[in-house]
Amino acid sequence: MTTLVYVPGDAGALSLGAGEVARAIAEEAARRRAAVKVVRNGSRGAYWLEPLIEVLTPRGRLAYGPVTTGDVAGLFNADFLDGGSHALSLGATEAIPWLKGQQRLTFERVGIIDPTSVADYVKHGGYQGLTRALSMEPAAIVQAITTSGLRGRGGAAFPTGIKWKTVLDQPAGQKYVTCNADEGDSGTFSDRMLMEGDPLSLIEGMTIAGIAVGSTQGYIYLRAEYPHALRALRTAIAAAHQARYLGSDVAGSGRRFDLEVRFGAGAYICGEETSMLESLEGRRGEVRVRPPLPAVKGLFGQPTIVNNVVTLASVPWILQHGAEAYASFGMGKSRGTLPIQLAGNIRRGGLVERAFGLTLRELLYDYGGGTATGKPIRAVQVGGPLGAYIPASQFDTAVDYEALAGIGAMLGHGGIVVFDDSVDMARMARYAMEFCAIESCGKCTPCRIGSTRGVEVIDRILAGVDGERNVRLLEELCETMVQGSLCGLGGMAPFPVQSALKHFREDFRGRAK
Amino acid sequence: METLPPAESAVVQRIASDLKGRPGPLLEVLHAIQAALGYVPGAAVPIVAEVLNLSRAEVHGVVTFYHYFRRSRPGAHTVSVCQAEACQSMGAEALTAHARRRLGIDFHQTSADGRFSLEPIYCLGNCACSPAVMIDGRLYGRVTPERFDELVAGGAASS
Repeated sequence: MTTLVYVPGDAGALSLGAGEVARAIAEEAARRRAAVKVVRNGSRGAYWLEPLIEVLTPRGRLAYGPVTTGDVAGLFNADFLDGGSHALSLGATEAIPWLKGQQRLTFERVGIIDPTSVADYVKHGGYQGLTRALSMEPAAIVQAITTSGLRGRGGAAFPTGIKWKTVLDQPAGQKYVTCNADEGDSGTFSDRMLMEGDPLSLIEGMTIAGIAVGSTQGYIYLRAEYPHALRALRTAIAAAHQARYLGSDVAGSGRRFDLEVRFGAGAYICGEETSMLESLEGRRGEVRVRPPLPAVKGLFGQPTIVNNVVTLASVPWILQHGAEAYASFGMGKSRGTLPIQLAGNIRRGGLVERAFGLTLRELLYDYGGGTATGKPIRAVQVGGPLGAYIPASQFDTAVDYEALAGIGAMLGHGGIVVFDDSVDMARMARYAMEFCAIESCGKCTPCRIGSTRGVEVIDRILAGVDGERNVRLLEELCETMVQGSLCGLGGMAPFPVQSALKHFREDFRGRAK
Repeated sequence: METLPPAESAVVQRIASDLKGRPGPLLEVLHAIQAALGYVPGAAVPIVAEVLNLSRAEVHGVVTFYHYFRRSRPGAHTVSVCQAEACQSMGAEALTAHARRRLGIDFHQTSADGRFSLEPIYCLGNCACSPAVMIDGRLYGRVTPERFDELVAGGAASS
């Protein structure tokens, strides 16, 4: 009998040697004449245990990790194919406490299935949401999304159902469903993990969106830094076509939906929706002035849905299990779950999907186990390079859009970057301005010029030149950028600066070179 | 302006002609040119503009807007070191300084022997395994200076 061994093909796992481990297992199995099939699954998201391999046994899936090529012969000697005990044994994967406490809805199949297999996807509940949607009126599908309380997971947290309804209400004609897969925020990787580990859930979500609003064409705008996700998506789209879940007759319904991946080219600004549309049209990714909203006049001037990867990949679960079931998770106006990403200087980093409402402290200490360096946590940046720095005194804040806004922070795409006490917050503030200067599309002055002046002012403060006056100038500059910029890049790049000034003022003083 | 060898000029012409019917084709065309030639030569701009019925300024504007498009021939291996916050929290600054010393070049430069180009990159989505480096499209995590030396000495860059 052939034993199934799972070795992640996820880019993060590969970055730690999973490719070499997979090869070593196949070679060792051949040498020992053991019947082994290596499946390249996605990552479970416990990156502190990657490469984490699993063996399917009569007792379920058993995990070992982190595995290096040097461990492979020993694993065979310990009879791991039968679940034998080894120093790297982690027991049943589902029972690993870090994973067990999670509430995986959107990520329910990531790390479990073979992402290239439609059959495996369907076996694990895939395409039930689409089947349901095909039996519903378009308005009822949109209503289900509204009722679920799903808000845009890319960062803006706009109610998804309202966006869809606007597109649905436009006169019939060519409409588009676009997926914003330009996951550029440092500290975030949930989109990447999902596209690599369960790309069909995104494809299904986009297909349902197309059925709901009357669109026959979808585009996924994928960032150039994600070549592994590009391959995963193209493979999955071809498989879905082959199985007739895409194309001229979606699941035998007579409805058409086609999907294409477009590769970005390294511009952070293209995560802003109108800039992404410009880029999809083959132009410079400069932001558009709104109105008109993309839902009215979007891609090629047509009504267009623009949603993030996790948003769209949550849609199948909502249709399959019902809007109320999804809305039963969460707190306040933040309904459902959020795949939170623990990143940077953290001992147990990775992806934690939980209902909204748990605190930063639970995430940083219960899941994260504190810093990787073993020093105290001094600050965390939540929500990417435009997110505020949060000091330890505010770690009891809940992961909830409104609760974070209440302390002047933002949840964004759910990334949390951890810094230990060696961090220099004035340097981080300088970086925020520098990043904005590098990535500004140049269309509006507060962002284009303000960010460069911001770097210069911080340099003067650090050089000890007229410190107090320059700190006041920096505060005024931040205010100008927030009030005067055309989009979120210039409008929010001051947030990390302002929060660093507010919570870590002691770092803003002149220092010896 | 540099001129292109006739063979490369023909490649650019063919790519642009093949893709011009697609919706919003310019980025697709530039990606295909870079995949074929390793960069987007300045002399490709007028050819692309002509085929797609755009102005040279429009094509030049797009090539220069996006960090991913190179305007000079890259080294045999492109090494990108992540500069973003998560990697900074795990020592990306020191790793970057090490990479500069080891390769003897700064960002956006190519070594004299043509082996390496060094580039900054802003997030590789490997933020739980920082610091991260990408070499020729392959991703590496938790990269120490020692590991970096191994990667550029053999392993990653040998193929």
